[in-house]
Amino acid sequence: MPVANPSPDLVIDVAGITKRFGTKTVVNAIDLQVRRGEIFGFLGPNGSGKTTFIRMLCGLLTPDEGTGTCLGYDVRSQQVEIKRHVGYMTQKFSYYEDLSIRENLDFVARIYGVPDRAAAVQHSLERLGLEKRSQQLAGQLSGGWKQRLALAACLIHSPQLLLLDEPTAGVDPKARREFWDEIHQLAAAGLTVLITTHYMDEAERCHRLAYLAYGNLLTHGTLDHVLTSAKLTTWSVSGPDLQAMAARLRGTPGVEQVVAFGNTLHVSGRDATALETAIAAVREPRHDWKKIRSGLEDVFISLMDEARDNFA
Amino acid sequence: MTRFSLHRLWAIVLKEFIQMKRDRVTFGMMVGIPLMQLMLFGFAINTDPKHLPTAIRAADQGPFARTFIAALKQSGYFHFVRETATEQEAQQLLQLGEVQFVINIPPDFSRKLLRGEQPSVLIEADATDPAATGPAVAAVRALADNVLNRDLTGSLGGLRSRSGAVDFQIHAHYNPENITQYNVVPGLMGVVLTMTMVVITALAITRERERGTMENLLATPVRPFEVMLGKILPYIAVGYIQISLILVAAHFIFNVPMLGSLPLLYAVALLFIAANLAVGITFSTLAQNQLQAVQMAFFFFLPSILLSGFMFPFRGMPEWAQWIGTCLPNTHFIRIVRGILLKGNGLVEITPEIWPLLLFFVVAMTIGGLRYRQTLD
Repeated sequence: MPVANPSPDLVIDVAGITKRFGTKTVVNAIDLQVRRGEIFGFLGPNGSGKTTFIRMLCGLLTPDEGTGTCLGYDVRSQQVEIKRHVGYMTQKFSYYEDLSIRENLDFVARIYGVPDRAAAVQHSLERLGLEKRSQQLAGQLSGGWKQRLALAACLIHSPQLLLLDEPTAGVDPKARREFWDEIHQLAAAGLTVLITTHYMDEAERCHRLAYLAYGNLLTHGTLDHVLTSAKLTTWSVSGPDLQAMAARLRGTPGVEQVVAFGNTLHVSGRDATALETAIAAVREPRHDWKKIRSGLEDVFISLMDEARDNFA
Repeated sequence: MTRFSLHRLWAIVLKEFIQMKRDRVTFGMMVGIPLMQLMLFGFAINTDPKHLPTAIRAADQGPFARTFIAALKQSGYFHFVRETATEQEAQQLLQLGEVQFVINIPPDFSRKLLRGEQPSVLIEADATDPAATGPAVAAVRALADNVLNRDLTGSLGGLRSRSGAVDFQIHAHYNPENITQYNVVPGLMGVVLTMTMVVITALAITRERERGTMENLLATPVRPFEVMLGKILPYIAVGYIQISLILVAAHFIFNVPMLGSLPLLYAVALLFIAANLAVGITFSTLAQNQLQAVQMAFFFFLPSILLSGFMFPFRGMPEWAQWIGTCLPNTHFIRIVRGILLKGNGLVEITPEIWPLLLFFVVAMTIGGLRYRQTLD
């Protein structure tokens, strides 16, 4: 097949992508590059524009502004070609609940005109361990199995790019881990994966990350890059009466986040000096204070607060 | 067991009202459907149809004949639209459904009347719908007794006392025994098809949207036209099964005559089915959920039964109702089916009913197609 790709390493290469619904700007001038074989994590609060951005990448929506390519095809004019080579897994299970697993896969394979369909369906069933359940109706499956079916279905036409919109929401930890193992195997075989998630442990399993809030891309890069560039300082405190301590710290200048983790409290702020001043004021010998590396969640919440001040 | 609690009951009632308020379309239908029924049943439906189009073939133009025709007009049941000279032309008018009655006044009408010989007047009726002709025929019989009494004065007075100065021969064409089933069973074909075709397609696409499968479908290379056509084709097959079932029942159970060509009926039915499916698709692009789609289908279905001439005589309705009826595909299809089965109509006779179906299909499909495109972005 002809792939008119100037730089074959960039599977997604878009600039200034903007989408408005009425007067509301849902995606605001996003630039993004994703390389072949990469697992790219897309994070951000609900309603931050992740789903809209993905829909523009896979040809479901046309951007109002911006240019770029997906798999070398123009995101504005070559949506039909994009659809042919992209696998898109929607946030909500969107296969036919009144069709069996095999019938669903067969349907999708026919839509895409997969050569040697029967073999492709069989192979897909085997690889995802769905053969024994192939006659079961999709509607009767549990969350984890539905997710497997959806993954199998969006892989059946051998796409070059996989767009997964919150694929693991409501899936148990074991199924989640198996799912991620599968994603890593696929990426190792050369498939590019763009995945949205709210789980921090999943974010850490991505090669690179991007964080979106209010339609704006706030940060992107590797996990380390995201953590260090946030310039967030975090202290951990343990000892008695932590709830009282938390109440005193909240609202103090320099203290941006006070989060309880079991028997410790994490206190973070972007201004390291102001944070230390605030801590010094409440410091008592019965408490044990330690400076720790900020977590991804702390960084994201901090980014979101900052974004709220700037954009909302 | 806890006791019945009023505040729990009230919580449910309140919640239902809030949900009702949110679904504007459903609320609109709850108000709109009774209003529509009121209008249709209250004003449009008339089981005693008057002003029925009538052709007259008067071979005698004398004063008695004129009085007689004036009396028929006076009864309110006949609306004289044509004068014909030949029997052949009269038959043609009935065949095309342009007139409901042809009244034949014989050349010796006045002569026989004066001789006291009870002249025969032949009234030919299109009895495919016995409900339409029945009241008019009854009125004519009542008329017979006293129609000419005013003219029969003086020396002719002796003719009055007879049981009737004129002898009426009623010839009920196409359905001589006035069997209601002959009218209802073919008409039912259009009603059944309207009901199932519109509802099923209205649901088919709304269901995809409601269950979220539409997004997935749109993310695949499948084109909107392919989706629409792919959804229509299976139901066309279902429509043909329904037609066949009704035809088999009509023939073997109700003994409905089948004078015309069945292949022609099957061919024309395709257009009618397609028109209804196009309506269903249009509804499905407008409806937010399956309930709304069903309600819209019902909104279309009601006039299709009441104003199409299926249940009540079309010509008995006021003009505005006839206009609405004329816009509905079922009205034309019912005429086609009755024409083919009962009158033995061929392609030429049914052509006036085919093009409205075609027009309706094109309009509905265009609206549906435009609306479907809009929902993509």
